[in-house]
Amino acid sequence: MHRTGELYGQFQTLDQQKETATLGMWVFLVTEILFFGGLFLAYTINRHAYSTAFGIGGNMLDLTLGTANTVVLIASSLTMAMAVWAATTGRKSLVTIFLMATLILGCIFLGVKVVEYKQKYDHHLIPGNNFDISYCVKSQNPVCGAPAELATEAKEIEEALKVDPDLNAHAQLYFSLYFGMTGLHALHMIIGAGLLFWLILQAAHGRFDANYNTPVENIGLYWHFVDIVWIYLFPLLYLINRHLG
Amino acid sequence: MSEHIVSPKIYAMIFLALMVGTFLTVFAATRDFGRVNIVIALGIATIKATLVILFFMHGKYSARRTKLVIVSGFFWLAIMLGLTLADYSTRHAEPSRSQLNQTVPSRSIVS
Repeated sequence: MHRTGELYGQFQTLDQQKETATLGMWVFLVTEILFFGGLFLAYTINRHAYSTAFGIGGNMLDLTLGTANTVVLIASSLTMAMAVWAATTGRKSLVTIFLMATLILGCIFLGVKVVEYKQKYDHHLIPGNNFDISYCVKSQNPVCGAPAELATEAKEIEEALKVDPDLNAHAQLYFSLYFGMTGLHALHMIIGAGLLFWLILQAAHGRFDANYNTPVENIGLYWHFVDIVWIYLFPLLYLINRHLG
Repeated sequence: MSEHIVSPKIYAMIFLALMVGTFLTVFAATRDFGRVNIVIALGIATIKATLVILFFMHGKYSARRTKLVIVSGFFWLAIMLGLTLADYSTRHAEPSRSQLNQTVPSRSIVS
């Protein structure tokens, strides 16, 4: 019972039907903008109040992994856009290929995120009882990186403590926001990956063509939205105070 | 309104622009521009987001009604950010003259 590409009674033309679906998806995305907006607002206020601690926190993220992930995610947006293009031009086998590429790139992103989270765990940067912004500097644990890097980090923390004696608590606030924001973003990616998996199954049966491709388009919109969230998260979380470090 | 199909060539160009933006923002972050750093970072991010919305998400080619909804999302976001930040940024205002003249705060009399 797949009524693909059929005109429903409440619409006059297929174009109108499609346009309505796009409009509905955008209404949902508007609520998503405001959903993430609340977190961005919390970030802005706290960053303004505790800029020293937020700078220290930002410099402890892995810039290489963050940049690589940005490239991966934007590439996945390109393959998603290409999947929509392939569907609307009726290239059925290409739809499946591009959707699979998108799913793979999305999984790579999530994999890198896991590596980053593990790193934060090893460095005692997960908010909670064991959180210690100076753990790496104090312990000189080999998982923390080269001694030369740790020396700059030690100097940075020492300077920061003069400005903000409650650095540990405020840095913890930064990492709470880091995990909250990237975690919510990752949750959206996981949901997106599930949707992509479903799309691939449908596309493999050749369900999408020039007349019927609304699911590809709308899930595409969702995927691009998640990409946009990351486009803002990346500079705000990873790049705030790089020039000081 | 018939559907507009964006060619892969345009997608490739947008992707290239997004890549350039990404590396530019990382490069700019390592230089010290003082307070302008954050402006550059958010400026590039906004250009990137606009490109994604206009081309990858077909915002440029969608119906005017859809465009209105897209813009409304950012309009509401601006209200949320703008009004809340206006509040927070004026919370720590200096005490007024009448507050300074009050030698004994009324609260301490009650307790």
